[in-house]
Amino acid sequence: MTSSKPLLSRVASAVYWMARYMERAENVARFIAVNQNLMLDLPRSYGDQWQPIVDTTGDRNFFLENYGSATEENVVRFLAFDLKYPNSIYSCVLSARENARSVRETISSEMWEQINSLYLLLAAESSKPVRDILPEFCHNVRMACHLFQGITHVSLSHNEAWHFIRLGTTLERADKTTRMLDVKYFILLPSLTDVGTPYDDVQWSAVLKSVSGLEMYRKRYGRISPERIVEFLVLDSEFPRAVRFCVSRADQSLHGITGTPVGAFSCLAERNLGMLRAELDYAQVDHIIKGGLHEFFDAFQTKLNTIDECILGDFFVHRSISRVAGE
Amino acid sequence: MRFRSYDTEGFYDEMFEADGRSRAGAQLLLETVEALSDGHLLRYKHAAERLLLQMGITFNVYGDSAGTERIFPFDLIPRIVPAHEWDVIERGLKQRVHALNAFIDDIYHDQRILKEGIIPSEVVLSAASYRKQCHGLNPPWRVWCHITGTDLVRDRDGQYYVLEDNLRVPSGVSYVLENREVMKRIFPAVFEGLSVRPVTEYPSRLLEMLESIAPMQAEGPRVVLLTPGIYNSAYFEHSFLAQQMGVQLVEGRDLVVDDGDVFMRTTKGLERVDVIYRRIDDDFLDPKEFREDSLLGVPGLVAAYRAGRVALANAPGNGVADDKVIYAYVPDMIRFYEGADPILPNVPTYLCWRDSDRKYVLENLEKLVVKAANESGGYGMLVGPHSTKQQQEEFAAKITANPRNFIAQRTLALSRVPTIVDDDHFEGRHVDLRPYVLCGKDIYVVPGGLTRVAMTKGSLVVNSSQGGGSKDTWVLSGPPQAAFQSQQQSQ
Repeated sequence: MTSSKPLLSRVASAVYWMARYMERAENVARFIAVNQNLMLDLPRSYGDQWQPIVDTTGDRNFFLENYGSATEENVVRFLAFDLKYPNSIYSCVLSARENARSVRETISSEMWEQINSLYLLLAAESSKPVRDILPEFCHNVRMACHLFQGITHVSLSHNEAWHFIRLGTTLERADKTTRMLDVKYFILLPSLTDVGTPYDDVQWSAVLKSVSGLEMYRKRYGRISPERIVEFLVLDSEFPRAVRFCVSRADQSLHGITGTPVGAFSCLAERNLGMLRAELDYAQVDHIIKGGLHEFFDAFQTKLNTIDECILGDFFVHRSISRVAGE
Repeated sequence: MRFRSYDTEGFYDEMFEADGRSRAGAQLLLETVEALSDGHLLRYKHAAERLLLQMGITFNVYGDSAGTERIFPFDLIPRIVPAHEWDVIERGLKQRVHALNAFIDDIYHDQRILKEGIIPSEVVLSAASYRKQCHGLNPPWRVWCHITGTDLVRDRDGQYYVLEDNLRVPSGVSYVLENREVMKRIFPAVFEGLSVRPVTEYPSRLLEMLESIAPMQAEGPRVVLLTPGIYNSAYFEHSFLAQQMGVQLVEGRDLVVDDGDVFMRTTKGLERVDVIYRRIDDDFLDPKEFREDSLLGVPGLVAAYRAGRVALANAPGNGVADDKVIYAYVPDMIRFYEGADPILPNVPTYLCWRDSDRKYVLENLEKLVVKAANESGGYGMLVGPHSTKQQQEEFAAKITANPRNFIAQRTLALSRVPTIVDDDHFEGRHVDLRPYVLCGKDIYVVPGGLTRVAMTKGSLVVNSSQGGGSKDTWVLSGPPQAAFQSQQQSQ
């Protein structure tokens, strides 16, 4: 661990959530953009493809109650701008900004200004008709989020706050990749029988594009194959949106926070995250698919939730009186 | 935009003499501004506003739900303070802050000034901001006012007066620093040929002062800044100053008192805190000592302070000298403690608890500015010439009901500075000046200060909560001729 002063629990929680919300906003923007792009490639007979995007959020009921049918206008308005929906891009950016605002003295000014400009962008775009702003809007949100990542990487010391930011970012990203893959795999599965049609290829390519992974996948495996795609997005150790990559970086940052060497643990969060990491390090894709991909993702989500609760308990809640060791 | 049609309208103008000639230190600046095309000046103005918004340099307005964050209106034309004027201000402020510290220390110890009849006891002991809990306390260096933001105004003849001392939790210094940054980024040309004294030193000086008041046993003292939280109107400033000093910004819920010491809750347990620059009023500091319903404060904090385990800046109880009735006695304090006449005069003040003064005030409400003794931020105030008959009657009733709580002053014709109006011309707008004074072992005055400007035509109320804006404030380092000469050489 670095020699800098330990973070306030409130501050650690704020930077962690700031990072999660920024990552969430970026993912939602990417999902919308890729889906819109996909619709342009698919024949009309494929029908409405906006519902699955709603399903990846896990908030299907909220959408049905408030919007009804999954038209482009409805889904984009819901996912991008609905302030009553806590996971819309706008809500995420507001939450990220509110958290950032409470720790402006901890993060760098450049980070704050970047979140603030993204907020100003959303405030300006939210009143416009969806048709007029897509797809440039999604592109701008993604670029703004990428810029934030870059600014964070080069302007903030890689100290405890930085590790909490990376922890939040990577856990959120792992969560989003699995949710997307879970929904898409389930929908595309029936078409496995007519493998090789051009539309099948288009759809699976869109899955990869949803996590900006098509190019890297091609370099690694070449031809599109559902099993290889699962392997790539779950078990790849080098692709930054692969689940295993994310979990490994989260694990590194958690050890960066506690100072405990990798392979050992000093708190519940570390133990659970370390076990998850080990599981992914030694997993094989055919075993995962044989056991049911959906079941695998369900179990994975449960483990992520446990880890999140442990992080809360170990670092964020105000502990009872216990002095820092050595005082 | 040109100054050709600019009219000082009989007010003291910071930029122009009564006959329309530019003041010595202002000439070069005026020429630079006039040399710009209109499009340029406006582009700079809008760039500055965008920059402030993007940097999130905003303040919150209580009780305004729509758009709770606003930028503090900023005018590009700076206010210039020539070196010889600044010299008087600086000496005057040091003298005043020194005397105020002596007064507060005296009030919470021997009360010599009361015993010798310089100030009536009942006036001091009845002040709402007088804290008997503070009796016998000995803050380091006997300093009670660590950070002061004195409000100065100029009347029609150009004389500077002290309007208020603002000893409790003065705000605004972040705008001094940020306004200068914005000017340098947006409008560097105007600085050419002038030696404007830098203000960037403030955060280092502040940190140095805060570390100097740490309890004796603390080595490498841990300083924190205590804020009420992100919904406070000055939150931007709290986080900005913490960031600039590199200290932790904390809320009340981050702190805990254990076994007489103050700690903050971190991811690795509790960490000791030695000095707290608190931006919370006395009332909310500690529910065990002051207001029981305070959720912002830290239970047990004042006991830790009293035991010398932690230092607080500003010291609790110092607001007694901020009371507007007691303000009227500051010149007497200076004579009493410093043995000298005040360098900066007070605005002549009528004290409504005196029968003769009250009679005069009630008969002349339409000419006077009336202030409640314990309010700030432009609240609880009547500006006579701009008030309705009904407002005057309301104040008359309040004064009669509680004379101790009111003072009145002649309405000053505040000095003016040219300001961009409607994006197409300059008009004079009234300003005040709030320099910031740091007091630890030594006294330091930041060369500059916050020039607040009443953006509405004719208005005398400069408070941000009442629609005021601000300007960069330039204290020049040399005599005005120096600027003049360099301008000659550059042509």
